[in-house]
Amino acid sequence: MTYTMWIILTGCLVGLTCGVTGSILVLRKMSMIADAISHTVLLGIVGAFFVTQSLNGVPMLIGAGVVGILTALFVEMLHSSGVQSDAAIGIVFTSLFALGVVLISFIGDQVHLDVQHALMGEIAFVPWDTLSINGVSYGPIAVWMLGAVLIINLLLITLFYKEIKMSTFDAQFATLIGVPVVFIHYLLMTMVSLSTVASFDSVGAILVVAMLIVPGATAYLLTDRFLILLILSGVIGVVSALMGYWFAVSFNVSIAGSMAVATGVLFLVAFLFSPKHGVILRKWRNKIEENVQQSA
Amino acid sequence: MYALSVKDISVTYDKQLALEDVSFAVPEGSITGIIGPNGAGKSTLIKSILQLLPTLSGNVEVFHKPIKSQKKIIGYVPQRSEVDWDFPTNALDVVLMGRYNHIGLFKRANKKEVTWAKTCLEKVGMQDYATRQISQLSGGQQQRVFLARAMAQDAKVYFMDEPFAGVDASTEKAIIQLMKEWKAEGKTVLVVHHDLQTVNDYFDHVLLLNKSPIAYGETQTVFTLDNLEQAYGGKIAFLQKAPATVKEST
Ligand SMILES: Nc1ncnc2c1ncn2[C@@H]1O[C@H](COP(=O)(O)OP(=O)(O)OP(=O)(O)O)[C@@H](O)[C@H]1O
Ligand SMILES: [Mg+2]
Repeated sequence: MTYTMWIILTGCLVGLTCGVTGSILVLRKMSMIADAISHTVLLGIVGAFFVTQSLNGVPMLIGAGVVGILTALFVEMLHSSGVQSDAAIGIVFTSLFALGVVLISFIGDQVHLDVQHALMGEIAFVPWDTLSINGVSYGPIAVWMLGAVLIINLLLITLFYKEIKMSTFDAQFATLIGVPVVFIHYLLMTMVSLSTVASFDSVGAILVVAMLIVPGATAYLLTDRFLILLILSGVIGVVSALMGYWFAVSFNVSIAGSMAVATGVLFLVAFLFSPKHGVILRKWRNKIEENVQQSA
Repeated sequence: MYALSVKDISVTYDKQLALEDVSFAVPEGSITGIIGPNGAGKSTLIKSILQLLPTLSGNVEVFHKPIKSQKKIIGYVPQRSEVDWDFPTNALDVVLMGRYNHIGLFKRANKKEVTWAKTCLEKVGMQDYATRQISQLSGGQQQRVFLARAMAQDAKVYFMDEPFAGVDASTEKAIIQLMKEWKAEGKTVLVVHHDLQTVNDYFDHVLLLNKSPIAYGETQTVFTLDNLEQAYGGKIAFLQKAPATVKEST
């Protein structure tokens, strides 16, 4: 495969993984926690490095998963002891992220893991960082990680589809009838953390939030069905990645940045023109109705 | 046989006492009204009974067993304002959620469950709205969907939080009829209720609540002006209208 193909594949995997997983967050009105986790997983990555002394994929995923769950746990603890939930998120995410930044500066000379890179990512470098066993190269590590996380997430969503849906719609009723609501919550936090870490190299901590939240928010405007919303979010993520790549190459700008912008553009289009919730079509329809009433 | 017995429940929110030492026992096959002013702790009581809230103290038994082990026979109709009606799903799906215990982990609803759910929708007159997105239902229709979901649970003890709030007369009638059917089948129903005019018609037992129980027992003996004044603090103007109905029955 050519470098171009690897980059496009990576982008599509980011869009698909983040789009599907993030759309559940959007439905749960937990978009802010994506922002928090995308920053705190930095601590998980650094932590994994401290333990294993390498930037290996699997420990990194585990570290991120652990820190993601801790983030959600701390937020929950602060919130239940009376702190407003947005303040709780703000406190936890800034402190854990800051800790990550401090720890990075300790190991900065041993390894290429700078804050700039972690925040912005660089998808153009992805094809060079390949998985090689016994000298044979099996393609970029990022693609392997994203592929693994995508499969894990899709598997979990399929297995717990009913439970995710019920605990999102009506958590109290779900609790009462025995849906493991708390477990589902932390499962979701783990999935978000994994998606974030897998996407880190390519799009970085800031833009991954766009990939997590915006496709879901866009799909929400377009459909009234849960399953279709999940699928559509993934599709929108992929389309954003493709559009972003094309734009970046045409105008020689940041690929990851363009992908995030593309999610925004698609959202805007849906916001204005969605047949169900679009602003323009709604206005237009109202106007027709008015005219009909006037002429009647 | 008591369907429900509640002993000394106390609940605090942020160290503020919302419920204090609530105890009562409900016989099987009866309809009980939980009545009290706004903020009296009615919803809090139901949620703490159902263990959806941490309690400071107290214990709850259903058919003389800890409620924890009895959740499969409990049905719940929450206050309508408590769920996200913009959630992308339709009426039939919501009703199917009531069948969760019968479907089980990792499985999809089979034809039998779907038929069951459809029957429940039909019983509340909502069969034509099965595939309608839930945000596009009126308040009364949403309430009917909630009822159908509770019906789908096929429970033995039902808790309903203000099922009559914001519904029209025909929906109210439908709900009442359903409650009476449940009672006839030997089911036990607890209902949070606000309209004092209808208390005598609807309930066998009444719990008058204002943080702590003011009175509990058969409607005729408990639903008196004295007790009402105590529960409502005698401040509320519409109480002036209530005595007429209260006296008629006593
Ligand atoms: N989540 C909460 N956090 C803090 N205080 C609460 C919370 N929920 C309820 N309260 C307080 O507890 C008290 C009882 O509330 P509850 O909702 O149980 O009343 P209610 O009898 O159901 O009222 P209504 O008739 O308005 O539904 C009120 O003073 C309320 O302000
Ligand atoms: Mg209430």
